[in-house]
Amino acid sequence: MCLGVPAKVIMINNENRTALVDSFGVPRWVGITLIPDVKVDDYVLIHAGYALEKIDLQEAEERIKLWEELLTLEEES
Amino acid sequence: MVKWIIKQEEEERASLLKFRDRQLSRKLLQEVKSRGEGLKEKLGRKPVFMEVCGTHTVAFSQTGLRKALEDIVDLRSGPGCPVCVTDQGDIDRMIALSSLENVVLGTFGDMVRVPGSRTSLEQEKARGGRVEIFYSPSDAVQWARRNPGKQLVFLGIGFETTAPAVALSMQEAEDQGVKNYSVYSVHKLVIPAMRALLKDQDLGVDGFILPGHVSAVIGRKAFDFLAQEYNIPGVIAGFEPMDLLGALENLIYQMDSGECRIDNQYGRVVREEGNKTAQAVIREFFDTREGSWRGLGKIPASSLVLQDSLQKYDALKRFPVEISRPFNPEGCRCGEVLTGKMIPTQCEMFGKECTPSRPVGPCMVSSEGACAAYYQYDFRE
Ligand code: SF4
Repeated sequence: MCLGVPAKVIMINNENRTALVDSFGVPRWVGITLIPDVKVDDYVLIHAGYALEKIDLQEAEERIKLWEELLTLEEES
Repeated sequence: MVKWIIKQEEEERASLLKFRDRQLSRKLLQEVKSRGEGLKEKLGRKPVFMEVCGTHTVAFSQTGLRKALEDIVDLRSGPGCPVCVTDQGDIDRMIALSSLENVVLGTFGDMVRVPGSRTSLEQEKARGGRVEIFYSPSDAVQWARRNPGKQLVFLGIGFETTAPAVALSMQEAEDQGVKNYSVYSVHKLVIPAMRALLKDQDLGVDGFILPGHVSAVIGRKAFDFLAQEYNIPGVIAGFEPMDLLGALENLIYQMDSGECRIDNQYGRVVREEGNKTAQAVIREFFDTREGSWRGLGKIPASSLVLQDSLQKYDALKRFPVEISRPFNPEGCRCGEVLTGKMIPTQCEMFGKECTPSRPVGPCMVSSEGACAAYYQYDFRE
């Protein structure tokens, strides 16, 4: 029930605070009331029809890079 | 231009999909195994880690990680499956609501087959009780708008993640003048449940894998008390293989080096303070009350009820139902499973009298239930 899916914001309708998002090829309208500063092209996490939080892609990349470094280091040692 | 956009999107997606990368996961699994082996030797037993989120329970089973690591870590499930922790009396009340004339019950789906004391929503449905499954509470409001002759009662089940969406659905109903929409809120809060769990001296949990999406709402800081007051480390984790393994690696490392912190490994979604707008929405629509939990009993300030000013959306005020004394399914050990005292396979009925097609308790019904997850992925005779 606390499942969430990532999606990219394509279009924002400010009148009713909804956005058209693309979730890995699946388009849908979701509520964006919970993220007041959301912008087109942002990645968001969708839960129960609402964008719950922004996804920080840079942070995602950094975390993976950290693992990659750690794991190759381990291999070499 | 179009090509460029597509390329950029591919890269963006790739950075999210990296958390599922097989090669990387395999390496991290090896790392967790070797470090875990060391810690196990040092402790003279397996370290015990608990996840308090049903989605994590399922992810550990689905990815095969629970099985792959069964000799190294003891993974327990906590009270993280919203349907499973719902009290029997509340389930009976929902079933009673569904059999009222003109009332249609709206739910997220998981609830439909949960056995009540005497019957289930599914059985009531066969007898003419109406149940509709919705992906979002907002869809339920729209359904109500299109069916003015019916009363739609939405079951607000879930934790801090679901509560804001249900709150906003009432706002939507208000804005659009939809009068035949109401909510039965059995929303629950994770922190009070964890505190209740920790009162048990024999809990024996060495570390917590903390719920990623609840944390997105309440923030990393909200879990600091675990380390500060109880000396138990925790990691906030996402739901991909790299997230799960990363959390285990982190906990093993913290234990091994005698550290004790609440780390956030789901920084791509979870912030220190959480989502303040979502927190404000919860505060604006709900009050906290004592709540009854399956397995944990009554816990002060652990459930969310509609604020007094929202009485007109309160399904139980609009349709008061009487229920007979609820009783839990005989022999079902869901309570123990939900508090980490037992793993599902230790229940005598597991896989025998109780299977997903003929569930005895809610933990075998819900797609997030530990018994269902073990049955589907971990248990092979
Ligand atoms: S296996 Fe079935 S009866 Fe046993 S605890 Fe799980 S749900 Fe209850």
